[in-house]
Amino acid sequence: MTIIKVGMADLKVIKAPGILTTLGLGSCVGIALYDNANKIAGLAHAMLPFSNEIIKNENKAKFVDSGIKLLIEKMIEKGAKKENIVAKIVGGSQMFSYNMECSILKIGERNVMAAKMILKNEKIKIISEDTGGNYGRTIQFNSQDGSVIVKTIGHGIKTI
Amino acid sequence: MDNGKFDFMTIDVLKEIGNIGSGNAATALASMLSTRIDMNVPKVRIIKFEEIPTLLGGEEELIVGIYLKLKEDIEGSIMFILDIESAQNLVKMLLGDKAQLLEEMSISALLEIGNIVASSYVNSLSLLTGLKITISIPAIAIDMAGAILSVPAIEFGYISDQTLFIETVFKQKEDLVRGNLLLLPDINSFEKMLSSLGVH
Repeated sequence: MTIIKVGMADLKVIKAPGILTTLGLGSCVGIALYDNANKIAGLAHAMLPFSNEIIKNENKAKFVDSGIKLLIEKMIEKGAKKENIVAKIVGGSQMFSYNMECSILKIGERNVMAAKMILKNEKIKIISEDTGGNYGRTIQFNSQDGSVIVKTIGHGIKTI
Repeated sequence: MDNGKFDFMTIDVLKEIGNIGSGNAATALASMLSTRIDMNVPKVRIIKFEEIPTLLGGEEELIVGIYLKLKEDIEGSIMFILDIESAQNLVKMLLGDKAQLLEEMSISALLEIGNIVASSYVNSLSLLTGLKITISIPAIAIDMAGAILSVPAIEFGYISDQTLFIETVFKQKEDLVRGNLLLLPDINSFEKMLSSLGVH
């Protein structure tokens, strides 16, 4: 089966068959959207929560808010129906822990919160998630059935 | 960031900054391990931040990253990276053959190594430029390269789509330990560093 890689600050949409994968997800958040009726899968690997917080925001896939919107648009272009779309979110860990308060180090948490907020606004239901912690994740998103395999080093492997 | 600004002379100056900093760091590392440490000529690299996670080969490669933040006149971060085998050999050289990588003692030893390497680098940088630079306490992560390197990538993501950094490779004489030291100042700090040295 074709495996399509989604890099950092990147997003891809496919119609089944095929697998979307993103490797070594740390504080970034992976947003997997799926329309089961039309077998259309979209995966975004976003780095930062909100595009309006940043001056340099041309790359929409870099941000959770603009990334999710673009992902939905691209899925609809491929034939997905918005009301069919459900979401799974992965990532948003804190790779380094410091005692001091520092917003940048909590970026993982903020990315996950932003994803939940934007998906709620878009009326897209989150059916499962594997977020937080202090470790990296690799995901494989199967467009045939919408399953998402999450692999880690030392924290097991699971399907969500 | 505008690439055009970085002409050959600027790149040379940055290389020299890296050279002096890494030279000190290598000396500190060598005296701690009582062994010879060689280093390459530092590379000044300008890459897209998306490419940072692939810097050390695969995104899923297991690595050890020791991360410190730079503050005051220069903002940014410094990261000392070891492949897993090097980290194992390093703790054995420090603590004896029985030491295991994931033990608390080994983790503190690695943190301390990172601390000393980074401080020596930053001290010489500070002396050279006359700028005041302080470093945070070190933090460590042992995980996928992509996940670890996403941390500095995100910081750069705030200001730019590209990043400029100085990379040095350290090598112990029997090749038991290999490390990469990345100095990642933010864009404004680069300008400060250069103007303190009379460039521009």
